[in-house]
This record gives sequence, C-alpha cells and structure tokens, in this order.
Amino acid sequence: MKQTAQISLTVNGETVEADVPVRRNLVDFLRQDLGLTGSHVGCEHGVCGACTLEVDGRMVRGCLMLAVQANGANVTTVEGLADSGRSAALRQSFMARNALQCGFCTPGMLASAIEYIEAGGASDRNAIREHLSGNYCRCTGYQAIVDAVCDVIDGRVSA
Amino acid sequence: MKAPDFDYQSPETLEAALALLADADGMAEPLAGGQSLMPMMNFRLAAPETLVDLNGIPGLSGVAIEDSWVAIGATTRYCDLEDDKEVIEAVPLIAKVLPHIAHAAIRNRGTIGGSIALADPAAEMPAVLLALGGEVVLQSASARRTVKADDFFLGIYETVREPEELVVAVRLPKAKPHDRFGFHEIVRRHGDYAMAGCIVAADATLAGVRVAFFGVGDRPLRAERAEDALAGSDGGPAALHAAVAALSDLECDGDVSTSADTKRHLAGVALKRAFSELTA
Ligand SMILES: Cc1cc2nc3c(=O)[nH]c(=O)nc-3n(C[C@H](O)[C@H](O)[C@H](O)COP(=O)(O)OP(=O)(O)OC[C@H]3O[C@@H](n4cnc5c(N)ncnc54)[C@H](O)[C@@H]3O)c2cc1C
Ligand code: FES
Ligand code: FES
Repeated sequence: MKQTAQISLTVNGETVEADVPVRRNLVDFLRQDLGLTGSHVGCEHGVCGACTLEVDGRMVRGCLMLAVQANGANVTTVEGLADSGRSAALRQSFMARNALQCGFCTPGMLASAIEYIEAGGASDRNAIREHLSGNYCRCTGYQAIVDAVCDVIDGRVSA
Repeated sequence: MKAPDFDYQSPETLEAALALLADADGMAEPLAGGQSLMPMMNFRLAAPETLVDLNGIPGLSGVAIEDSWVAIGATTRYCDLEDDKEVIEAVPLIAKVLPHIAHAAIRNRGTIGGSIALADPAAEMPAVLLALGGEVVLQSASARRTVKADDFFLGIYETVREPEELVVAVRLPKAKPHDRFGFHEIVRRHGDYAMAGCIVAADATLAGVRVAFFGVGDRPLRAERAEDALAGSDGGPAALHAAVAALSDLECDGDVSTSADTKRHLAGVALKRAFSELTA
C-alpha cells in the first residue's frame, strides 16, 4: 500500500516539499501542514465553495483535490492573492460594500470573483451571480457581494 | 468527513493504468476530475482500495476533429471544451449545455469521461451523448470496443463498462450546416442538478429529430414516440402538443422531492422550452 507520498509544489510563490498521506485533501494540507488557514473548509463535498483556491491558473475546490495531485503544481491561496496585490481592489470593495459579515465564505468568494474579473467578466449582475453560484454565503444575502464585484469591474474602487 | 484510506497510483501511460485495473479484480477505481468521486469518498459512499489517477496520462485528454466526428479524450475537462472554439463550432450543442453543468470551479476539474462513466441520471453530458447519437470508446488491457450511446446507459450509475475498462474517448457527430439544437433544464438554482431537462437535436427540415431527457428517470432517456410526433411535422403547436402527449410512456421515476407524475409534467415543460429554442 502506498499511503504516503513525497510531493514538491509551489505555494504562493515558495517551493514546498512534504511527505503527505495520500488521502489528505489539498485544503487540509495547506491549512494543517502549512498553516495557511485562509482557505476555509465547510462541506467537504464541493458544494459550499469556501475552500476555493487557485491551482495552475484555475480556481478549484481544495476539498475535492488530493494534496498528492498537486505535486508539481503552482498553488495560490487567498493569502497569496493578498500578498501579490491581485485581491487588493476586491478586498477594498468588500469592506466598502459590507460584502462580508462572519467572513467564512469570503476567501472562496474572493477567489471565484477574481477568476471572473481577471477573465474580463462584464459588470452584469446576472452573469456575476451565475459565476458565484457555487459559493454559499449564509450572512449577506449576496446583493452586497455582487455590488462589490461590480464596483471593481466598473473601476469605482482605488486600491 | 474525510475519505477512508486507499492506495494511490498515478500511472503515466494508458497501458499502465489498464494493467492496474486488470490486476485489481474490481477493487480499484479510476480517478478523473474527482468532482463526483471525491465527494462520494468523503461521504464514505465509496471506498475503493486503490485509486488509479488518470490525470498524469497525457494522451487521454484533448480533442481530435475528424471528417464527421469529434473525438474527445476522456480526461478532457469541461473548462477546456468551453474554451475550444473548434469543438464548439463542430458541436454547437456543447456551448449551450456546458454553462449549466455545476459551477466554474467544478468545471475547471470535471471531465467528460468522468461524467459519462458515472452515468448520473440527472447529469447533462450523458443526455448530450444520447441526443446526438454519440459513441463511447472503452478499452481494457486486452480489448477495445466502441459502444453506441443508445446501448451504453443501463440504470442509476450503471453502464455497460466493465470494472477493468476505461472510457478512453467520447465521440460526438459533427453538426451539419443547418442542424438545430434546443436545450432546457428546470433547476432550483443555477448549476444544480436538473429536476428535469430536455435536449432536442434536429436537422433543417425536421425530417430527423432526436429528443433526450435527463433528471427524470434512472438514466438519460430517449423519447422515441415524441421524436416520431415531431419528425416530418411542421413543428407547429399541434405537433408539439402531440409530442408532449407522447411522453405518457416515458420511464419517469420519482425521487425524494418529486413524484413520477410531476417528473413527467416537468419533462413536457422542458420539451416545449427546448423545442422553442430550435425555432427561435
Ligand atoms: C457541487 C457540485 C455540483 C455539480 N453539479 C453537476 C451538474 O449540475 N451536472 C453534472 O453533470 N454534474 C455535476 N457535478 C458533477 C461533475 O460534473 C463531475 O465532474 C462529473 O460528474 C464527474 O466527472 P469527474 O471527472 O469529476 O469524475 P470523477 O469524480 O473522477 O469520477 C466519477 C466516476 O467515474 C469513474 N471514472 C472517471 N473517469 C473514468 C474513465 N475515463 N473511465 C472509466 N471510469 C471513469 C470514476 O471511477 C468514478 O466512479 C457536480 C459536482 C459538484 C461537486
Ligand atoms: S469545503 Fe470545499 S466546497 Fe465546501
Ligand atoms: S459572510 Fe458569513 S457566510 Fe458569507
């Protein structure tokens, strides 16, 4: 039985080498082994979106990928999105628009919204809602989140 | 919850993957996008002894456009199809359907082969395969065979695939210049699995029509009597009415929230809406 594996990957720009149990999912590896607790874990079955993070340029569910599958990959978490400035405008507008209350959904919301904005998504409320449909928020009622995304796309935020 | 322990194998060639499956005596499961298998393992509904990860096999993903077919490698992800202009031109139905499958982050990992192999009765891709009259290419360590969509799906999560076989490609016929497609699904929320969905594929004059449903029975279903009602008709209200009436023997099943009769009603609504896209 091959129940642990040696992996080497890039996390937020730094090379990481680790020996991981093969059953450990990527988001648990980031949170528990690397202490990057920005990505949250809600449902562990792909439904809530709290664990959304970037692997090789695509936003994915951190709970539905094994850490061993990230061997050789380039992973960016919400911490990395903040450090590089990619999320600066969005974080500013989330604050200005009260687009978070408890903040549990926020790391995943930021990741999904950044994917939409960076792909050149329009400031169209329906399209934004469709893109964020895989991210649950139990606090805000979503309107403020859509407002915040629109503000960034329409250039109403300076960060 | 977390997945139970398993042995993880990441073969680099198709031959190596097929050998692992042949040796495992049914105790190994292929892992493609993981967007259905990982949740099932985390719920402990699935506990394979060995996971054979297909993601490291380069030849298994990608698209080949042939004279009258498009061959899509099993591990081609939904997001790659969404971005592929040639595929969308050759099979325009795909562009209509993909945005309704789950959410962007799921489409960034999920694969066409995984969806076809899983055979979730409410999933869109199996119904696309059926509506277009596509084919599934299966391969084991010892043999390769091609199965028509009409013969592939047997029941809930059940297909003719043997445990030691892999879906290696999904083949879809290229659209002819005046072919038309309609798609409609009734969902509670964008990206959810459909309560009922319908796909209509027709040629320019409605001489040939195929109608497939998903989310209403134990597998994607073709409605041949509805097809007969529409084929050769003028596509007007009377023909459509007859097609909906012809769903009376569609093999609908109820689920926890919806009775079989309601499913049949929703199938009729989805058919009308999908058909209206054709004539729009
Ligand atoms: C929140 C959420 C919402 C979703 N909503 C939808 C939806 O609306 N519509 C929809 O269609 N799907 C939906 N899905 C499922 C998603 O589309 C899956 O990606 C897809 O059904 C399975 O593809 P996969 O590549 O992820 O397969 P995996 O999860 O890796 O595998 C699924 C099954 O197929 C087997 N398998 C995979 N590849 C092969 C192969 N090449 N040969 C033989 N067997 C193979 C595996 O062993 C496993 O049993 C949703 C998923 C989530 C998490
Ligand atoms: S924890 Fe991954 S989607 Fe909910
Ligand atoms: S802010 Fe609490 S879940 Fe979204």
